[in-house]
Amino acid sequence: MTNYRDKEIQRLLKEVIPRVDREVRQDLWPAMLRRLEAPRCYLPWYEWALIGAPCCWLVIFPKGILHLLYHL
Amino acid sequence: MELLKRFQQGDLDAFETLFRQFQADVYCWIVRIVRDSGIAEDLTIETFWRIHKARARFDTEASFGAWARRIARNLAIDHIRSRRREQDLPEQSLSAEAPDSALRRETHEKLEHAFRQLSPKLQAAATLALVDERP
Repeated sequence: MTNYRDKEIQRLLKEVIPRVDREVRQDLWPAMLRRLEAPRCYLPWYEWALIGAPCCWLVIFPKGILHLLYHL
Repeated sequence: MELLKRFQQGDLDAFETLFRQFQADVYCWIVRIVRDSGIAEDLTIETFWRIHKARARFDTEASFGAWARRIARNLAIDHIRSRRREQDLPEQSLSAEAPDSALRRETHEKLEHAFRQLSPKLQAAATLALVDERP
């Protein structure tokens, strides 16, 4: 009975889960090359400004780090 | 061995050779878990991108295939995990269907819903063992 139910569940799962072609359809190397050549991490100028402002603030007011740590 | 050393040192030709040697295997490992060829292609690229990024940490004495397989499997399981979060509740069918067909559809929906409730790792294991019948 259990074996029958297992087989039935397996049959139903095979119906529910789509069949897929296991062969790769195309050469993926060109896409890989594009991925490798893409800029790794592009940050616009305003994000650099956002990072830079607190760093400058900490350089000018080193004691500010204590306030920062307190609020974290 | 020489090829793996050149790959580890960042040689693009060596990486291309390994890519061409393993892309079909990596794709196959992934597609058997995610069941979608487009997604499997994207994840194959992502797998090799991570391999390329981590090449300095690769032990040239170890098996490249086993390393690639581990990365591919983890990416595929992560994909199932993210898809599971995004998945909506199953749609209710409003169309008039023959009783047999409606019952069959309901059974399929329930089974699919139950299957999606499994953890991503169990989903992958069940798909490989029960659907593909290859552990």
